[in-house]
Amino acid sequence: MSFSVTQPSTRQKWFAGVLVTGYALLTILPLLWIIATGFKSPSDAIAYPPKVVFEPTVEGYVNLFTTRTRMSPDALAELGPPQTWYDKIVRQYDMVISGPSRYGERFLNSVIIGFGSTFLSIFLGTLAAYGFSRFRVPLKDDLMFFILSTRMMPPIAVAIPIFLMFRQLGLSDTHLGMILLYTAVNLSLSVWLLKGFIDEIPVEYEEAALIDGYTRFQAFYKVVLPQAATGIASTAIFCLIFSWNEYAFAVLLTSGTAQTAPPFIPTIIGVGKDWPAVAAGATLFLVPVMVFTVLLRKHLLRGITFGAVRK
Amino acid sequence: MLDKKTGQAPAPSQGSNTRGMKGLSDRMVGWIFIAPTIFLLLAINIFPLIWTIRLSLTNYRANRTNAEVKWLGLRNYERILTDPDIWNAMQATAHFVFWTLTLQVLIGFTLAYLINKKFKGNDLWTTIIVLPMMLSPAVVGNFWTFLYQPQIGLFNYFIGFLTGADPSSFSMIGDVALAPWSIVIVDTWMWTPFVMLICLAGLRSIPDSIYEAAECDRASKWRQFWTITIPMALPFLMLAVLFRGIENFKMFDLVVQLTGGGPGSITELTSINLKREAFEKWRTGYASAYAVILFVTVFGLASIYVKALNKVKER
Repeated sequence: MSFSVTQPSTRQKWFAGVLVTGYALLTILPLLWIIATGFKSPSDAIAYPPKVVFEPTVEGYVNLFTTRTRMSPDALAELGPPQTWYDKIVRQYDMVISGPSRYGERFLNSVIIGFGSTFLSIFLGTLAAYGFSRFRVPLKDDLMFFILSTRMMPPIAVAIPIFLMFRQLGLSDTHLGMILLYTAVNLSLSVWLLKGFIDEIPVEYEEAALIDGYTRFQAFYKVVLPQAATGIASTAIFCLIFSWNEYAFAVLLTSGTAQTAPPFIPTIIGVGKDWPAVAAGATLFLVPVMVFTVLLRKHLLRGITFGAVRK
Repeated sequence: MLDKKTGQAPAPSQGSNTRGMKGLSDRMVGWIFIAPTIFLLLAINIFPLIWTIRLSLTNYRANRTNAEVKWLGLRNYERILTDPDIWNAMQATAHFVFWTLTLQVLIGFTLAYLINKKFKGNDLWTTIIVLPMMLSPAVVGNFWTFLYQPQIGLFNYFIGFLTGADPSSFSMIGDVALAPWSIVIVDTWMWTPFVMLICLAGLRSIPDSIYEAAECDRASKWRQFWTITIPMALPFLMLAVLFRGIENFKMFDLVVQLTGGGPGSITELTSINLKREAFEKWRTGYASAYAVILFVTVFGLASIYVKALNKVKER
């Protein structure tokens, strides 16, 4: 008899499947709504009842990337026919494109600061994790806990002295300042996660390498790093997502040159209540993270618990 | 799993002598690896913390750098602990933390329990459910204000559809009675998957043999659930609560974008309140004392909780 007491019955499975599927559909709905709103015309976006079927348009994206000025019909007629497809879209509303918006710059800032801080926190984090994993460091447990505790402070509480410090050092609203700050915040995650990954690599490999005449650093570089590659990659994605999403420090410490996208996106709405443009900005910003989440799903649990829970 | 305190490092390669180390002892090399990280954390975390403590004893104002700075001793602390505004913020935070944790634990555990039934396609749905928690809270919060619009908002339409109420008759973020729930709903939507994932790991860690043994002893399913499933998943559940508790106590970005602390100061959580004191009223010294109090509270509560967690684990 192949019956197992621990196997749920078909009926149970079916019941569980329906409930979970229902929840998943409900939870994904707001995200689909953001994406859909990005392709609506402003009037469709605020229609009642909410429109599920609509004629898609890229107006929101055009508005997101441009600034526009309204012109009188006479002045428009003088300008002649619209030159490009995006000109055409804007002309429907008696407007002309007067220049690019700030969204591109802010998005680029997010990319620069995200990748810069990720690189630094992985670089420092891998070294420290290796040190903690393989050497007898005095006060190891206390140091590890200290590193973790830096994550417990409310960002606003840390922001007061950082604000003063950056002002003094000329780091306010600079890429370098934000990269250093995000690196410091991410270090707790990268050290804890990477230590877990490096702990899993058998010491024997390095010992063999050391006996073959490698130095410690060579053994680290040529033996441990390649073995830890998957762990390093997934840790890097977690650091990148954190820097990408961060808002509190960004809104307090940047205002122009180094402002990232999260504090900027809410300002797109402006006075015109241009929801499609906001949704377009949010979509471009959120979709990369969704893609990374799907790629990361095997390591997700480990990442969000700082390595405390492993599968 | 949980190797937080044990810090089980594999035996350090003590025996292998320091060949090719050019006279550096193993301990020194260890420090070379660790020092840059510790240095950066000291510069960007500990130094500012000490600075905050110092500022908290003065009446310094960051927008008036030329003004004379007076030493106040513990007067800032005294004022904060007797300030009704701050107790209001604490209460708002407590409401937020309590309800988000309760809802997330209930829904998250239920989902994990159902997913653990291993129905077809459970991997796909799990991945979809997990998506919200990885997104930027500020951007998500900002977008939810759109979903919460009376009349045109999807959320209001949905509730109207379910209950028959007029979607334009209520405003989740504009109404004093509803606003505290509006932030609880969004946070629960966003973070339930976090609790779910950890619970799922807990449920999957329970070996089948225990259930088989219980079945032999003719224990009912109900009894098995309360005497095997719950106790064995409890350390995981508590870990999830620890993470969410700390995060939600610090909550800032999502709620700032969603309600901005309003209407009035109904949803003004401590972090938002603190930001007002520090960066709008520019009472830097006073806000620093506030920051210290918040940090001590988080740290203290977390330490007590970790002790309890370790006790549960030992059982």
